[in-house]
Amino acid sequence: MSAADIHLTDAEQHAATALQHHFDNMEQQRVAGTLGMWVFLITEIMFFGGLFTAYVLYRTLNAASFAAGSSGLNVKMGAANTVVLICSSLTMALAVFYAQTGSRRMQIIFLLVTWALGATFLVVKGFEYAEKFRDNHVPWLNFQWEGKMPPGASVPSIRMFYWIYFVMTGLHAFHMIIGLGMLGFLIYFAWRGRYTPEYHAPVELGGLYWHFVDIVWIFLFPLLYLLGANLTH
Amino acid sequence: MSAADTPIDPLNPVMPDPSALPADSPEWRVKFPHVNYINAHYGIKSWLLTKDHKRIALLYLASVTVFFALGGAYAIAIRLELLTPPGDFVQAHTYNKLFTQHGIIMIFFFLIPSIPAVLGNFLVPLMIGAKDLAFPRINLLSWYIYIAGALFTIWALLNGGIDTGWTFYVPYSTSFSNTYVVVAGLGIFITGFSSILTGLNFIVTIHTMRAPGMTWFRLPLFIWSTYATSLIMVLGTPVIAITILLVALERLAHIGIFDPRLGGDPVLFQHMFWFYSHPAVYIMVLPSMGVVSEIVATFSRKNIFGYSFVAFSSLAIAIFGFLVWGHHMFTSSQSVYASMIFSFVSFAVAIPSAVKVFNWTATLYKGSISYDTPMLYALGFIGLFTMGGLTGLFLAALGMDVHLTDTYFIVAHFHYIMVGGALMGYMGGLHYWWPKITGRLYPEGWGRFSALVIFVGFNLTFFPLFLAGYMGMPRRYHAYAEEFQVLNVMSTAGASILGFGLLIPGIYFLWSMRYGKFAAPNPWPATGLEWRTLSPPPTENFASTPIVTWEAYEFRPIEEMEVIGPAPEQSSRPVPGLTTT
Ligand code: HEM
Ligand SMILES: [Cu+2]
Repeated sequence: MSAADIHLTDAEQHAATALQHHFDNMEQQRVAGTLGMWVFLITEIMFFGGLFTAYVLYRTLNAASFAAGSSGLNVKMGAANTVVLICSSLTMALAVFYAQTGSRRMQIIFLLVTWALGATFLVVKGFEYAEKFRDNHVPWLNFQWEGKMPPGASVPSIRMFYWIYFVMTGLHAFHMIIGLGMLGFLIYFAWRGRYTPEYHAPVELGGLYWHFVDIVWIFLFPLLYLLGANLTH
Repeated sequence: MSAADTPIDPLNPVMPDPSALPADSPEWRVKFPHVNYINAHYGIKSWLLTKDHKRIALLYLASVTVFFALGGAYAIAIRLELLTPPGDFVQAHTYNKLFTQHGIIMIFFFLIPSIPAVLGNFLVPLMIGAKDLAFPRINLLSWYIYIAGALFTIWALLNGGIDTGWTFYVPYSTSFSNTYVVVAGLGIFITGFSSILTGLNFIVTIHTMRAPGMTWFRLPLFIWSTYATSLIMVLGTPVIAITILLVALERLAHIGIFDPRLGGDPVLFQHMFWFYSHPAVYIMVLPSMGVVSEIVATFSRKNIFGYSFVAFSSLAIAIFGFLVWGHHMFTSSQSVYASMIFSFVSFAVAIPSAVKVFNWTATLYKGSISYDTPMLYALGFIGLFTMGGLTGLFLAALGMDVHLTDTYFIVAHFHYIMVGGALMGYMGGLHYWWPKITGRLYPEGWGRFSALVIFVGFNLTFFPLFLAGYMGMPRRYHAYAEEFQVLNVMSTAGASILGFGLLIPGIYFLWSMRYGKFAAPNPWPATGLEWRTLSPPPTENFASTPIVTWEAYEFRPIEEMEVIGPAPEQSSRPVPGLTTT
């Protein structure tokens, strides 16, 4: 009996313990989990979709105010965060790859790197929010506008831009926090050696979720940050 | 040791000679009880922590029944106030709370979860031959989320209630109402996630857990309509969630998104609200349509006429249902061109509903019809739903709607569909599957009697409201002009009959759980997989995974059908209730 055989039975055992009682086999369980995650992501799209609709409506009605409001955001921090998140998507994809190919060490490393990148994003976001607070740009708490005022812009609409900014990025950050919790869970079980080439569905599903949250940001960044980048007055 | 103390292996029971001991006799069940999902475990914990879809269905059944009673109590108060023209029984602001809370409870806490979460939960795995839903833990979680949302809402009610109408229209809800809008809204927000999770679970289960041989076109039509309902739940509910969140932010922090003083647009709220809430009316009625398809086939002993048309009409309703929300906004500031399109699509969405009605009727044609209680409810559904749908077409016509909007005509229209349709379907379904759910029969005579009482009471309650509305009586006022009194007295009288009629099943269902006759696995008899396992089913539903080799609604001589047994040598054993030759 070769070592490979022993490894296989081991893995099969793993697979067997991971199979929940109401599924017939691992394949069915995996497909169900994946489909479930996709359906969940569709509900997320609908959820954010309501906000995007409001954004489109008010931006169409108050284009100048939205550009003005946008010029008050910190494009550099936003851009840095975009890079951070895109990198984290890459490292997440690599973590999934190493889960599939069965390298426990690399899997853990890339999950940890993803976690660190996600945390970096949130820290930068925190600095940004603090900056907004300092500049009196937080509606409800202390909103005042002394920034650019192109023709057609009005303070209430600029204030509305900041509301939309805070609600959208706040909900996004909330999803990031959940993502970090989920990564922590994956790291723990990866460290315990739970994920094998036969059974690594949780890593794949976590990856789907993580990419989704990234993609939301990819839409948020240009819509919120880049509108007013070349306003001159 | 007597036979009664010996634990009996449910999958391997020693069968008595059926000629000596009738299978549905109490002695048989006492001598040969099988372990089923109800008696498999005891204790409150075994219910509150269960992951069995059948037990979760019963948890939902108990909770939606409580809410139905509560919503009914509000209805009684409303009808009492409307007995006389002046506002004498309650003040205007109390009345506003009554109809608001009636609507919120009946819609979000009774009708939306009723059939999907009770019957759907119980039946989806059984009908497709699975052991459970795809995500049993999420299923249990959905019930807890429902309860959490319900507690929030009850808290709002106890603290003084809410008076915005179930529609939460801004700016009243955000700037003027002094009631517990945010708390009640939060309750609905939370409950929404329970319905999202239920829908998600159904979609995944139907896609991935069908038994071998159970192809899409062999699925019972109840599954098709549950699938369509789940699509709406998954696509629509997140939108109402974000809408309520924005209302709460608007109310608490004045973000301005719905407030014209701050540059916002109140009509945006109406768009977002109805984008969910029109499809939501189909969440309420589609499952009932599925129930009716099952019942009509079984009690006319025929395959449903045009099975695939009925199946696809469910999907068509789910899809078109998302394109007609503007018909609730004909008298808002919505562009008249948008209104024309919404009007046109609303007419179009009536087509798939009509397809169903025609196909049920065609199924009845030359069928061998028996008028058991479920069938009475199903026939009631067909007639009342047709009236509700046809009056919907009145409302979808632009000119007509300007006259009828915000009158009692609307109230009558949607009650014909939501009570005459959705509730009748739910009651029919409960009766139809009661023997499977509890293993006991309800008293058939009382069942038929109460179905007729409910039908009469319902029509007497709501038909006069069509007339009152047509003559111009506005909805949502606690006082009204003298000339409407006759119609309103009729309606209140009808409501008492309706309420009385609904009490009867409430009593005999409870009674039958203890004293009802034992039910055979397939009492009607019907063809679905759920009837090929014991009543009540064992926890794992089937002794072995069923292999489906027959088409849906393939009515054959009764003797041929058998409970799917554990081992091949047992498959020819006498089956309770089926050995009636
Ligand atoms: C046959 C297709 C249907 C059509 C064409 C239709 C049409 C309409 C229209 C145009 C209105 C708006 C009236 C107004 O506010 O002026 C309306 C209201 C309503 N319909 Fe329908 N309807 C249909 C089916 C249904 C179904 C299946 C349900 C429920 C299960 C339903 C429930 C409601 C409710 C709850 C309202 C009133 C909402 C409110 O303002 O409180 N309808 N319907
Ligand atoms: Cu509608």
